[in-house]
Amino acid sequence: MFEKKNGAALRTREPLTDTQMLMFISIGIFAAMYLAAVLFMGGGFRKPQMFFDLLNDNAALIIISCALTIVMITGGINISVGGVIGLTTMACAIFVNSRSGESGTVSILLTLLLALGIGLGFGVLQGFLVARLEIQPFIVTLAGMFLARGLTTILSLEPVTVSHEGFQALVESRVKIPWLGYVAPNGNLIPAKIEIGAIVAICVVILMALTLHNTRFGRNVYAVGGNPQSALMLGINVKRTVFWAYVISGLLSGLAGFVFLMHKPAGNASVAMRSEMDAIAASIIGGTLLTGGVGNVIGSFFGAMILATIQKIIFLSPLNASWWQDMANGAMLCFFILLQSLILMRRNNSKTAGKLQKNLKIHKADKTTEGKEEKHET
Amino acid sequence: MSKKKNGSSGLGQLLIPLIALGILVLFNLFRDISFFSITMRVNNSGNIVLAGNLISIIDNASELAIIAMGMTLVTAACGGQDISVGAVAAISGAVLVKVLQGMGGITPVSLLLGFLAATLVTILFKLFNGTLVAVFRIQPMIATLILFSCGRSIAYWINGDATPQLYAPIIDSIGKTIPGIPIPTPIFAVLLMGLLLILLFRFTSLRLYTQSVGINQGAARLNGINPTTVKLISFVILGVCVSIAALLGVCRMHQLNHKNLLVDIEMDAILAVAIGGNSLGGGKFKLIGSILGAYIIQMLTTTLYAMNVNPVNIKAYKAIVIILIVVAGSPVIKRGLTALWKKLRTNKAQTEGVN
Repeated sequence: MFEKKNGAALRTREPLTDTQMLMFISIGIFAAMYLAAVLFMGGGFRKPQMFFDLLNDNAALIIISCALTIVMITGGINISVGGVIGLTTMACAIFVNSRSGESGTVSILLTLLLALGIGLGFGVLQGFLVARLEIQPFIVTLAGMFLARGLTTILSLEPVTVSHEGFQALVESRVKIPWLGYVAPNGNLIPAKIEIGAIVAICVVILMALTLHNTRFGRNVYAVGGNPQSALMLGINVKRTVFWAYVISGLLSGLAGFVFLMHKPAGNASVAMRSEMDAIAASIIGGTLLTGGVGNVIGSFFGAMILATIQKIIFLSPLNASWWQDMANGAMLCFFILLQSLILMRRNNSKTAGKLQKNLKIHKADKTTEGKEEKHET
Repeated sequence: MSKKKNGSSGLGQLLIPLIALGILVLFNLFRDISFFSITMRVNNSGNIVLAGNLISIIDNASELAIIAMGMTLVTAACGGQDISVGAVAAISGAVLVKVLQGMGGITPVSLLLGFLAATLVTILFKLFNGTLVAVFRIQPMIATLILFSCGRSIAYWINGDATPQLYAPIIDSIGKTIPGIPIPTPIFAVLLMGLLLILLFRFTSLRLYTQSVGINQGAARLNGINPTTVKLISFVILGVCVSIAALLGVCRMHQLNHKNLLVDIEMDAILAVAIGGNSLGGGKFKLIGSILGAYIIQMLTTTLYAMNVNPVNIKAYKAIVIILIVVAGSPVIKRGLTALWKKLRTNKAQTEGVN
């Protein structure tokens, strides 16, 4: 009897493919959008560099999308990521400037540690408040956002530009791809360049995807988000899982702040304003549900890339205005949200129908066995 | 017995906001007693008005309190929050100004028409949110993220980049004070909205329906309540609240700035709902708690201003106080405190028994 039930649980993997469908839709839309841009916009989009520029400009967004995806899978939310980016860039800019006499590597490593430390601090605090004290994640991370933004302005109201030479060398360093590029009018091949931040972002996406899919912790995160009660019954430490999800989220937002500083070497109080909403949008477009239990880091990556592509297309089109961009983002979000809801409704309907039948069958089986036992007793 | 239990649980919900308010008041009493002084002074247009920190707290919190009321209903019915209120308020203000410009002047009639048009448009936008939430079953926060990200751009689209200035006696009497009445008008708007909602709850079953939908939608549906309608009604009421708040905001500033009108009010409104002891997961709610929450947030801000904290740094201090309030109100601390209280009482009873 028990083995049978396990078998059934293993077989019901179809919902996973259903949510993967959301991810594939977003990948498809990204590909279609990029192809359309290449065909109709031409110009910059014909060069491979454009694709890498999308990565370079949005490395921080990609990282915080991952940070949001993991807490959204647990059924929570983290809107402090943008604030933590702001605080990290400001603190790191001030810190690295104060060590201007030192060699590059040491001070860069120390700055990275500072960035991760700030992120870790926020992650631990928020994780503790959400997991142990059971306060609503929205309020906790809202307070976290206020705290981060306020601390940023306390550190400095004026923008702080990084003047440390070693760090500037890091900012200007690029990885060249020799076999990919475009041929300049004079016949030279100009290779495509990737910033270190973009490579970090891609590594984060891959690492997070592997963690979520192949480790015990990752599976626990999905279980806790899907149904905390059953996760608890299965012996999963729900509080610890939620706590670590927030810690990872905070750590990633600290890393995103460092990556942001590598892209734009200046600390500014208004940096990454409202980027948390962009990250939430990216996660949703990538197929993560705010209700928890469903989501995918790779989807979030493509969600962020879709937002970035829209931004680039509108920037290069005659409609170059921030409000057109907002409208396009809104329309895109609306489309994906409706799509998700329709897919989920269909899935829920088929799922409940299936469940009902199974329940009935089990019920019958139980009754018959009960009856048999009773007979035996009599 | 059951009646007593209900009463105690109701007070329990309001206990944290009341204690927070009390601590803020005590803190100000010890810090500087003149914080509470209320004076009569003559304002720029020659009317006698009340002035003082207390009046400015209650006055400035009006928009927040009104939106918090609507937010409470949406939270209770849908188990989620509407984060597009600030953006939709900008749209509402833009429509109001558009109508005023189209009518060619600010008169009471044109203002009324403008307000009605703005309310209608706001309700339509809120119904868009409501449809996504109630019919398509999308999480409220995500459904309203759409208008959150493009609402202010729609306001821009309606009215262009201009920040139209509005100067007229009627604007002054709505945003500041009516000549002859020393109390700022926005306070009356809060009272009016509160009274309307109380009457609505008194004479209809809306409160019961909203709570039952919020607690268990399936059970509510089986009992003959239509969850879709209840959720849509909550969004319509929020739309009216947003429209009134936008009118007050435009009249207070004498201008429409689509970027700054009621900016970030969605976060404060959700905070007000949470500080008031309402569950953000829906279900039971107390309007008075949210209103108290709004005044606590404003009082905190005003206190920090009075302590000469730089306005841009206020967010950090605010965050610390908010964390303290929500930690004090958290379920774990509550459980611990009630356990402690029971232990103390049993100990006391035992010692009394021994004596």
